[in-house]
Amino acid sequence: MAIDRISGIALLLLAVFVAVETRVLPLGDHSNPGPGYLPLLLASILAGLAVAMIVRTKGSPLWKTVQWKEKSHALAIVACCFFATFCVEPLGYRITMVLILGFLFGVLERMKIWWALILALALAWGSFWVFDGMLMVPLPRGGLGI
Amino acid sequence: MAETLQNLLLGFSTALTLSNLFYAFAGCLIGTMVGVLPGVGPLAGISLLLPTTFGLNPTAGLILLCGVYYGAMYGGSTTSILMRIPGEAASVMTCIDGYAMAQKGRAGPALSIAAIGSYAAGTLSVVGLMFMAPPLARAALSFGPPEYFSLLVLGLLVLGYMTGGSIVKNMAMILLGLLFGMIGIDHMTGYFRFSYGVVALGDGIGVVPVAVGLFGIAEILATAGNPVRPEVMKPKLKDLLPSRQEFRDSLLPIGRGTVLGFLIGIIPGSAHIISTFVAYAVERRVSRHPEKFGKGTIEGVAGPESANNAASCGALVPMLALGVPTGPIPAVLLAALMVHGITPGPLFIKEQPQIFWGLIASMYVGNVVLLLLNLPLVGIFVNFLRIPYRVLYPTILMFCVVGVYAVNSSFVDVGIMSVMGLLGYILRKFDFETAPIVLGVVLASIFEMSLRQSLAMSNGKYSIFFQRPISAVFLAGALILLVIALLPLIRKGIDYGWRRELTEAEKGK
Repeated sequence: MAIDRISGIALLLLAVFVAVETRVLPLGDHSNPGPGYLPLLLASILAGLAVAMIVRTKGSPLWKTVQWKEKSHALAIVACCFFATFCVEPLGYRITMVLILGFLFGVLERMKIWWALILALALAWGSFWVFDGMLMVPLPRGGLGI
Repeated sequence: MAETLQNLLLGFSTALTLSNLFYAFAGCLIGTMVGVLPGVGPLAGISLLLPTTFGLNPTAGLILLCGVYYGAMYGGSTTSILMRIPGEAASVMTCIDGYAMAQKGRAGPALSIAAIGSYAAGTLSVVGLMFMAPPLARAALSFGPPEYFSLLVLGLLVLGYMTGGSIVKNMAMILLGLLFGMIGIDHMTGYFRFSYGVVALGDGIGVVPVAVGLFGIAEILATAGNPVRPEVMKPKLKDLLPSRQEFRDSLLPIGRGTVLGFLIGIIPGSAHIISTFVAYAVERRVSRHPEKFGKGTIEGVAGPESANNAASCGALVPMLALGVPTGPIPAVLLAALMVHGITPGPLFIKEQPQIFWGLIASMYVGNVVLLLLNLPLVGIFVNFLRIPYRVLYPTILMFCVVGVYAVNSSFVDVGIMSVMGLLGYILRKFDFETAPIVLGVVLASIFEMSLRQSLAMSNGKYSIFFQRPISAVFLAGALILLVIALLPLIRKGIDYGWRRELTEAEKGK
């Protein structure tokens, strides 16, 4: 299937989802539009564009031609981002970063363990010192106060 | 004229304080590094540095961020000329003749003409900004909600057209951005929209996590698995001087590039990329030896390099005078100002002259700093390319996390960045441009407010947008553009080759 058709279907589903979700918001009327007015209008136009993408796929590459050779790296990095999201406050910035950087350097990039550790510690503590210490941007210290 | 010069003096008195000079220097230095490193564009650089400006006064913060902006535009040429790697998308055209010159042993003159051209273009276009923004702001004082709405419709359509790739896809991305911008509390009624009980989403989705996710994280995801080890060429200081002939040949291209770049920069879309295309095409067209283009001619470096620096300045005109950003970078600069409680727009220049004129003066200073910085230190800057990518990308990831978290001290923002990163990666695979999403997010609130206020003013009649002359002109422009954009879809044989070239260049960034 052409990637434009797949994209069109995804965007159409999103438009339908938005339209359904706006049911709980007051639409108002033309002279006094409510909070659901513009989202519904935008979702309708998006649905129209999505249909155009589904119908007109000329020149669009096929799904099987899309290269995903870096997907294992990408998935690991996305997992690191979500790990940071959920752990940066309970664990603190420095511990979270040491774990993420240690994983990326040591496991994903297969650097020597002591190099990975030195780099992870230096970057985590160094960036904390620059941002929290010098630039006065408060970073979380976590339950352990580190 | 006298008033402008008086204001400029006020600006210099602000910009030439020791601390502001330091921030201009630091911004230019960091920006050059950002420009040199492939994959770390000016947008990611500015977004990451945004939290560091919170402790500064607004003038200093803006001077720092603008320094990063034009420093990155400057720095991108170095790797284009020496290694055929564009540091950022606007340097793609410089690769062609710049690298060809480097292969002939003329890397030094190519670098110095790029630096001189950028300096001249940067300085002259600040003059344009200085004289153009205040009258535009005065004219915009007569704008009501219908005019703003029509202007935004026109601006978004121009953005969809001028960004490379499919217009339908670009428009879909603008709508997606506007929908993301709807998340949070509705300012007119207080209703929570699409926040699903997450209190932190009440304030909406910030432009920084969206921009860092779509540009910074998505870039890392797309490139982390494909490490390249570039060969680094290091020119010597004594080889930098261009010959008299090369200098003479560059003068007119620099002038033409400056004018074209500044004017194109005002238009929404990938202005700085388009300006380099147009400048290169114009130089080839007017040259007596068009056959030399692509084989290492100095005009092919001077024109595009001047144009991209002038365009970065031109892009600030609508952002400062109207409060309407024309690209993702001005959008982040706008967000930076808003963090400091300043809303750019028609009243900004009048009410905050110190900040506006301080910024203008700092641009003159910044251009001098860049010229002094780029040429002698070029050998040091290219050393950044020796850092292995497997060390570089985790470091960039760390800066993305700390930069995004620091904006609101919110882990939700880090989550938004992660989701946007994944979304940006998938969208790239599916040939979507992500810059329109950022613009959509930034403009969503003003877009909605002006639509609802206009409809309330007209008692629900959409004809208000056609009855008011300025609004009607904007909408007529939008309609003409829509017809031009849709013609190739309807009639066979009409194809705009420049859009295809733009798409290829943006893919190559």
